[in-house]
Amino acid sequence: MSSLLQVEDLKVHFPAGRNKDGSPRVVHAVDGISFELEQGKTFGIVGESGSGKSTAALGIMRLAPITSGKVSLGRDVISELEGEKLRQTRMRFQMVFQDPFSSLNPRKRAGDAIREPLDLMSYIDPRLRHEVVEESLVAVGLHPSAARLFPHQFSGGQRQRLCIARALATQPELLVCDEPVSALDVAIQAQVINLLLRLQDEKKLSYVFISHDLAVVQHLCTDVGVMYLGQFAEKGSARQIFSNPRHPYTWSLMAAALKPDASQRGRERTALIKGEPPSPINPPKGCRFAARCPFAQERCRQEAPALREVESGHSVACHFAESLEAPLPELRAA
Amino acid sequence: MSTAPLLEVTDLVVEVDNGKRILPVLDGVTFSVDAGRTLGLVGESGCGKSMTALAIMGLLPQGFRVKSGDIKLDGKSLLSMGPDALRKLRGSVMSMVFQEPMTSLNPVFTVGDQIGEALRLHEHLNAADARTRAIEMLRAVQIPAPEERVDNYPHQLSGGMRQRVMIAMALACRPRLLICDEPTTALDVTVQAQIFSLLETLQKEMGTSIILITHDLGAVAEMADDVAVLYAGKRAEAGPVATILDNPSHPYTRGLMSCTPRLRLGSAALTPGHTLAEVRGMVPPLGQFEAGCRFSPRCPMADAHCHAAPPPDVHLGASQTVLCWKVTQEQAA
Repeated sequence: MSSLLQVEDLKVHFPAGRNKDGSPRVVHAVDGISFELEQGKTFGIVGESGSGKSTAALGIMRLAPITSGKVSLGRDVISELEGEKLRQTRMRFQMVFQDPFSSLNPRKRAGDAIREPLDLMSYIDPRLRHEVVEESLVAVGLHPSAARLFPHQFSGGQRQRLCIARALATQPELLVCDEPVSALDVAIQAQVINLLLRLQDEKKLSYVFISHDLAVVQHLCTDVGVMYLGQFAEKGSARQIFSNPRHPYTWSLMAAALKPDASQRGRERTALIKGEPPSPINPPKGCRFAARCPFAQERCRQEAPALREVESGHSVACHFAESLEAPLPELRAA
Repeated sequence: MSTAPLLEVTDLVVEVDNGKRILPVLDGVTFSVDAGRTLGLVGESGCGKSMTALAIMGLLPQGFRVKSGDIKLDGKSLLSMGPDALRKLRGSVMSMVFQEPMTSLNPVFTVGDQIGEALRLHEHLNAADARTRAIEMLRAVQIPAPEERVDNYPHQLSGGMRQRVMIAMALACRPRLLICDEPTTALDVTVQAQIFSLLETLQKEMGTSIILITHDLGAVAEMADDVAVLYAGKRAEAGPVATILDNPSHPYTRGLMSCTPRLRLGSAALTPGHTLAEVRGMVPPLGQFEAGCRFSPRCPMADAHCHAAPPPDVHLGASQTVLCWKVTQEQAA
């Protein structure tokens, strides 16, 4: 089966002034990521803040300038489209942002916000557009009469539904969701997760889903890329990543996310990593994770590991992916 | 433990006057925290968690007031104290870590100044001693190179470091009660884990009691000794953490637990996950609470009785309290 979305060696770099010696400083926000996504599936990108997840989403969406690499949606190479052609193609890939409070115009009625992309794409008869607006509202579980209300009249969860309705209005094939449930309370988060799953099922939607929450990613995603300092540390199917994680960074994320039961309290907490990621301005020359990795050896600091396949469909960027044993029993292969 | 609790909140009623009407915010909230223990205060936004914290600290916003009930710290009622007496307690005997490390630090003062402020005020330290103590506190919260960081401004620190600075500020005078309002919500999982271990370590060293306000039951399982679940200004359920998490009796507690996705690792990751349960609807806005049980519009078990009359508190076993008609009926049967 051919894939719907293909991302090949995507790089998004930003200038950040100059060093003291006059050489340009560059933020390597996204530094060469590749993945494919089949129709109806979800590719999850996880990582800490600053790992480049959101910039990767913006790059795919053409909302941040792509430094190099190729992004294709079906037959269209969206990384090469410009101007009106790009605008018209946008109806096929839409985005849902993290903060439902700042991603809706407070002075626009909900219906007008959902209608705006339709007006911009101009492919639907203007007289029929209000019907699409109503359909989108109903699809996300809101009443059609909500179209007349302003964003402040909705709760956070309802606003996120509005943002999803707006993204769905142009009947896209791909939704790029950047932390769409992170700002929501657990109960509302579950509602939006279930909504995304139902819409995917009904409309054969494909998602790129960005999150720092491993449990949510496992729940929603068929494939997962674990991102660290602009690159994938590990990539594979969700089954492979969660049943047999191989990269020490993936281990540390999982160990941090493992919430012990009340019965296990008091046991020594296994904090695998300390500190925070180094700056993406001058990424280290060896393995980017070496400075925080409890298993790092001299080779790791000298030579950057390639992302290589350790089993079919499962790639790991670690020199010692085969020989290292996960430090927690929960993290070892079944 | 047989000693008297450090903090006792009894039948606390808080209301807000919005200019048109007087609306109930908290309605009969009761709980206590023993010395050196951690209480998890759980619920969705709008359930009154933060208002409970602010009422304890004497920091309720304008228009809000405590109508009845009592808050006792070490046997002394905080509500009968004047503003000066309260100010002497805040930052020394009790202190608070706020949710947003980005907005709750002053951008124009160095972190050293901000940590030292409480020390200069409460312990009358001079600037040099306050600075030395600030450096010690930064070291205690595991900020690397504290001698340099002490002169940093908040914008020079990452989110995780700012939250550590907030904790250092709150703990500078070794308070007996520390209220943490969603201390890790804005932070990465890796940093969350670090902050939790830090709080545990400091609690062991100083014997501080902690109130942890969160909507994350995972965090409660990890940190708390006791739990109180709030819903729409009422205490829905309370008890020791193991009892509540193993045997949640209020439908709201059960709902919160079942709608949290769980990480499945190892062989569990090979089996397909369950559909995530939902608590339908949302917390009603202030002043629109149901006449009967406030949770009844969202409750899968609610019947006519639940909609008609507010439920009583029922005791299950020695320490668990549940506010639910269904539990009452089960007990009667």
